[in-house]
Amino acid sequence: MVAAAVVSARTYADFTTEATFEIKKCDIHKLDEAPATQVVMTREEGLQYYRTMQTIRRMELKADQLYKQKIIRGFCHLYDGQEACAVGIEAGINLTDHLITAYRAHGYTYTRGGTVKEIMAELTGRRGGIAKGKGGSMHMYTKHFYGGNGIVGAQVPLGAGVALACKYLGNNELCVSLYGDGAANQGQIFETYNMAALWKLPAIFICENNRYGMGTSVERAAASTDYYKRGDFIPGLRVDGMDVLCVREATKFAADHCRSGKGPMLMELQTYRYHGHSMSDPGVSYRTREEIQEVRGKSDPISMLKDRMLSNNMASIEELKEIDVAVRKEIEDAAQFATTDPEPPLEELCNHIFYNNPALEVRGTNPWTKLKSVS
Amino acid sequence: MEPFTCMFCAGLSYRWSCQTMMVRDALNQAMDEELERDERVFLLGEEVAQYDGAYKVSRGLWKKYGDKRIIDTPITEMGFAGIAVGAAMAGLRPICEFMTFNFSMQAIDQIINSAAKTYYMSAGFQAVPIVFRGPNGASAGVAAQHSQCFAAWYAHCPGLKVVSPWNAEDAKGLLKSAIRDDNPVVFLENELMYGVPFEMSEESQSKDFTIPIGKAKVERQGTHVSLVSHSRYVSHCLDAAVVLAKEGIECEVINLRTIRPLDVECIETSVMKTNHLVTVEGGWPQFGVGAEICARIMEGPAFNYLDAPATRVTGVDIPMPYAKILEDNSLPQIKDIIFSVKKTLNV
Repeated sequence: MVAAAVVSARTYADFTTEATFEIKKCDIHKLDEAPATQVVMTREEGLQYYRTMQTIRRMELKADQLYKQKIIRGFCHLYDGQEACAVGIEAGINLTDHLITAYRAHGYTYTRGGTVKEIMAELTGRRGGIAKGKGGSMHMYTKHFYGGNGIVGAQVPLGAGVALACKYLGNNELCVSLYGDGAANQGQIFETYNMAALWKLPAIFICENNRYGMGTSVERAAASTDYYKRGDFIPGLRVDGMDVLCVREATKFAADHCRSGKGPMLMELQTYRYHGHSMSDPGVSYRTREEIQEVRGKSDPISMLKDRMLSNNMASIEELKEIDVAVRKEIEDAAQFATTDPEPPLEELCNHIFYNNPALEVRGTNPWTKLKSVS
Repeated sequence: MEPFTCMFCAGLSYRWSCQTMMVRDALNQAMDEELERDERVFLLGEEVAQYDGAYKVSRGLWKKYGDKRIIDTPITEMGFAGIAVGAAMAGLRPICEFMTFNFSMQAIDQIINSAAKTYYMSAGFQAVPIVFRGPNGASAGVAAQHSQCFAAWYAHCPGLKVVSPWNAEDAKGLLKSAIRDDNPVVFLENELMYGVPFEMSEESQSKDFTIPIGKAKVERQGTHVSLVSHSRYVSHCLDAAVVLAKEGIECEVINLRTIRPLDVECIETSVMKTNHLVTVEGGWPQFGVGAEICARIMEGPAFNYLDAPATRVTGVDIPMPYAKILEDNSLPQIKDIIFSVKKTLNV
């Protein structure tokens, strides 16, 4: 392969193994210190963040394509632009920790351990989907990842419940609960803040503020847009959500706080989505194309990381291009699978109503249709 | 072990086998035994811990098990129900108490969308072993916002099991089953039944005593009409049956015990014997438990055995009024059941 020959011409000894970066300081609320602004990133970490973010980016763009071809149907909320959030958070916690988010969930399904293949096949509603085609875009689950939730805000109390279980079981794990700027005004979130703080639950609440709740800008929805302060008695951080290192450092800071038994923390990630709210929203009636272009040009998370790595001699352009090619292939293969895998068998329509339950009969659309349901 | 004449049992009994218990104590015992049996079981809700429970159902549990396992929550149903569901997803086995099911409406999204549907949406990946329990239906003089019956609302939804115990044995056996069940169970108690004592059979006194969810019980054998009911109204049916027996009408009284899944077979077997069906419930008539029973009977073999259309006895189709005379006339009384049976039998 030509690309491999190019890389082998430069050995790893040519690259800087790690470098220190200056990152934006976080705004703090009810805290005495902030996360570090001088952070170290290794070459290995950089390549991994790059590859993961690029995979999410290309996966979402492929989903856009498949949706326009009507191969994906229903709701499809894309994450491109926000990759640094998912990747940075995962870099700050362990896979043994827990995470829950709302419906813009494809990126998190991936960072939590789902494969592109099973994510895409879920979007196309096939039997090889991560939820066997029964969940769709908003309902994907994997180990220590509780979805994928369609009801705005409902995932936040759920996440605090997972945190309660962590504390109850004494396993030193924590739960990250994500929500958007739109959800941030939900009453149940304030109910959750109260209980999490009262009971000192190991919960990190993270608001992904992408400036718009569907078509409503933050200024038109919230009396206070300082989302990191809205937890009141819960210490908060406002973080540059376009910088994977900022997100990582803030997450580590919050995780340490939780694990030391001090209770919950709140993080607001200032981020941006390139797509509209969902595939049925062109995303330009409530914001200008110039705004979108400006963010793409100045703050794209993948470009930012790429520039950092190249200017610090942590990787070569060819190496990164190789990763791009590999990612593209992975996405193409996944899309191929997702478009050719058969749909779930009708015999399984009524399965998975109850867990660990004897088989039961389910009424079909008419009294003569008696369907079978197994666990 | 000496024989004696027990005032509750008919005739002779052995002292060690005859025990009476109030429904609230049976519920308390069920929770106590399950808390002891499985470390992952815990109870949360308003006033469940230090207050011993708004209706004293959880009396003594906080003293015995402490803060970790008996948790007083703030008055935030949507929040704490969601927390309970999340805890269940992460491997615990919560009992989430609603002070009454009227307040569960605030949390209903968590019960349906987060609990009931998740195992299906995740294609069998994520189970939710949780019990939502509390008093359901009318109490006495608590007026419209505190008197609604939610049996039909919850029983409508796939992914939930809905249980409605009548007596103390039901309460104990079914609550233990609900707690041991790996799925979301809505457990509808009745405040007016909490203080009613019932005989407890010998086997019900065992720590492993459970009653299967999904099976109804024939409380009284009869030949002329099938009276199908749940919760408090089973008592009314039994009382009506005593009166009707004096006129030579023998009622078969069925205690549903579980609303969803409905034990249609038990009802069908009965109807095929008696040829007449009367359902009795406290909830409103439209789209209710009785409506469902009638529809199911029509769709099955028992229809051809009916000598008359089925009759539903229900609460009056109005919000619950306060004044005693109005409240009394908003719910099925024994005379209403007697009247309906006679009309159905055309006597």
